[in-house]
Amino acid sequence: MLNQYETVFIVTPVLSEAQMKEAVEKFRGVITAKGGEIINEENWGLRKLAYPIQKKSTGFFTLIEFKAPGELVKPLEIEYKRDERVIRFLTTRLDKYSIEYAEKRRNKKQSATKPTEE
Amino acid sequence: MANVAPSGQSEIRYLTPPAVEVKKKKYCRFKKNKIKFVDYKDPEFLKKFLNEQGKILPRRVTGTSLKFQRKVANAVKRARHLALLPYVADLLK
Repeated sequence: MLNQYETVFIVTPVLSEAQMKEAVEKFRGVITAKGGEIINEENWGLRKLAYPIQKKSTGFFTLIEFKAPGELVKPLEIEYKRDERVIRFLTTRLDKYSIEYAEKRRNKKQSATKPTEE
Repeated sequence: MANVAPSGQSEIRYLTPPAVEVKKKKYCRFKKNKIKFVDYKDPEFLKKFLNEQGKILPRRVTGTSLKFQRKVANAVKRARHLALLPYVADLLK
């Protein structure tokens, strides 16, 4: 059965922009390789952390929404743990209300980016 | 006996109306605004449910219903894990 999930992870700020993109690309690959389907991806950029983690006070935040069978989550989290570039991660399953909310958020983001393109 | 006024006039009259404390009724902002999901990715919104030290405020202060207080608590804890909110703070807000 396919569930909808949402994962947020923080990549260490010592990497360059390109290295960070590569790390994100890797996890996108992990999800799709195991039969997940990516719905949305958000890059929050370099953000200040509320408290230091591994003596770092900033980090690159990335949000990925995906549809996948439940068996995918465990290997994904193991992959996070093994990767030294990831300093924090959180994966949550979306229930019907949060799916609704996520959709609204996506639409809002689209309408927010459109006027700037025009 | 005869000069006891009929019931209407025997009332005590005040020059200024006595101050009756009118309590503002608290309400659950989630129920009122029909919010179904508490987002852990929005620290600015969650800060409304925290005190200056970053502690979660009790229901009796915020007026949140039990159902949503649980969801708020969960969202705050997730946000803390992701370093969007602090575990301990001195001057939040």
